[in-house]
Amino acid sequence: MQAAIRTRDLTKDFAVGFWRKRPYRALDRLSIDVAPGDVFGFLGPNGAGKTTTLKLLMQLIFPSSGEAEILGRPAGDIAVRRRIGYLPENPYFYDHLTAEELLDYYGRLFRIAGGERGRRVSAILDRLGIGAERRLQLRRFSKGMLQRVGLAQALLNDPEVIFLDEPMSGLDPLGRRDVRNLILELRDQGRTIFFSSHILSDAEVLCSRVAILVKGQLAAQGTIADLQAFHVRGWELIVHGVEDSIVQRLRGRARRITRIEGARYAIELGTESRPEQILTELIADGASLVSLNPLRDTLEDLFVRRVAEVGEGARAEGGHARG
Amino acid sequence: MHAASFVALATFRESVRDRVFYNLVLFAVLLVAASLLIGQLTAGQDVKIIKDLSLAATSLFGLCIAIFVGIGLVSKEVDRRSVYPLLAKPVRRSELIVGKYLGLLLTLLVNVAVMTAAIYLVLFYLARGVPPNIQQAWDAPALDPALLKAIALIYLELATVTAVALFFSSYSSPLLSAIFTLGIYVIGQFNADLKQFDRIVSAPAAVALAKGLYYLLPDFARFDVKLAVVHGQPVPVAYVAATAAYALLYIAALVCGAAALFARRDFK
Repeated sequence: MQAAIRTRDLTKDFAVGFWRKRPYRALDRLSIDVAPGDVFGFLGPNGAGKTTTLKLLMQLIFPSSGEAEILGRPAGDIAVRRRIGYLPENPYFYDHLTAEELLDYYGRLFRIAGGERGRRVSAILDRLGIGAERRLQLRRFSKGMLQRVGLAQALLNDPEVIFLDEPMSGLDPLGRRDVRNLILELRDQGRTIFFSSHILSDAEVLCSRVAILVKGQLAAQGTIADLQAFHVRGWELIVHGVEDSIVQRLRGRARRITRIEGARYAIELGTESRPEQILTELIADGASLVSLNPLRDTLEDLFVRRVAEVGEGARAEGGHARG
Repeated sequence: MHAASFVALATFRESVRDRVFYNLVLFAVLLVAASLLIGQLTAGQDVKIIKDLSLAATSLFGLCIAIFVGIGLVSKEVDRRSVYPLLAKPVRRSELIVGKYLGLLLTLLVNVAVMTAAIYLVLFYLARGVPPNIQQAWDAPALDPALLKAIALIYLELATVTAVALFFSSYSSPLLSAIFTLGIYVIGQFNADLKQFDRIVSAPAAVALAKGLYYLLPDFARFDVKLAVVHGQPVPVAYVAATAAYALLYIAALVCGAAALFARRDFK
């Protein structure tokens, strides 16, 4: 199956410094594949290279080496641009135009015919919750409202692939919920969504696959389940109908025992414990099982660990170089 | 329609919303005040002075728009990052450059057309009631159609200055673009002197350099036929056509240059 988005060794060096220019590598040999219909979360701390990647995909900047393809065509291909939508980070639009006029202008660039254009502009503004404000000049819009206009223009051409750079930025909790629902709706329609974010809870809820970028390098890539499965850090066993004295016998083998209420206990076991054996003992003593769950790292734990690992790696490389 | 034409119309709309045409009010006030004042002070020279003054004002006001709006044409899009969503649409970078340029040309066209109408209106007002025998003594009739030749060349000059501003604006900051464009405009007024450089300097290298600059830099003096028109001297149509061809070639080179520079630019 052809990837919706594909990069191979995509690299971008910027020249920094005033007099003596030296190269600064913002993105280092990025290779990713995003399948059609995926909601792909592109995660990383500030300055990791997320926006650089998106700009490379939009051909707002050009790669130093490597290649990028969207829908099987080179990034920047005019025919491809008819089939994609893009929301830049902190978008700015012509503030002398109204939301309606802006979308009408972009609709013309997409060659959407007059009547259809009007209908589509109206429908998308309705969907994004922009009511009577659509006839106000954009200079009067709040940051959150501009973000909604940005989303509206990204969806105007009914795109197959949608690139969203920090789509939750500047939105209040209600706005974030709306955008989350919108992304889920687009996913259900079979569209491919590539969004960058540093808000991990959003990625956890929305993404089928994620990539973690740190200092321009790919630190992890996969489904959220895959990335978390390797990091089971224990078990939580909840049992009911067991006497306190029986539970206390497990003190040496459990990490923590918490009485929830009455004869209901939460027993946290380490990875070295065998939960099946403990459960069998407790059931033999009259307990009944409520639940047994693995304790996995959250995406945030994984994220922090990968950022730290790359940081350590960079320090070690620096040390060797100096040495 | 071509994507460039949509960009051009959007650029024109931006000029209107940014109140670029407010300069027309100032122009009208200046013209009416001058005609009233000159009418009181001079005898028989008022029509000539008004023609002189109004053509100079058309050129000056247009020049302000060409330079100060022209330098922001591209740099404003880049600085404010409105170029990001725009270039993610099916628009080539060259179409953006051409569209921006055509948009400002349309703004200048409307501006110059309204000014032309105002000039003819004031001249009609001044000539009204002047006996025919006095009018015959004037160098040129009040409502002289030759004024249109001078105005057409002013417009072509403005179009060339806009192309210079666009060229610098495609890769440089607005301040530097303004300095470069103004510099080229001033040098362009004296460009013809470079051709005669061998009359005052004998060093072959200096003469060759002067000749090279003469062909490289625009010759803005070619566009100035104001004095001839005001004094009723003939301006051949062939001269206007040759100057128009010169302007078109120069503009085409500058717009292509701007598009080539813009095509490989990184928007950091």
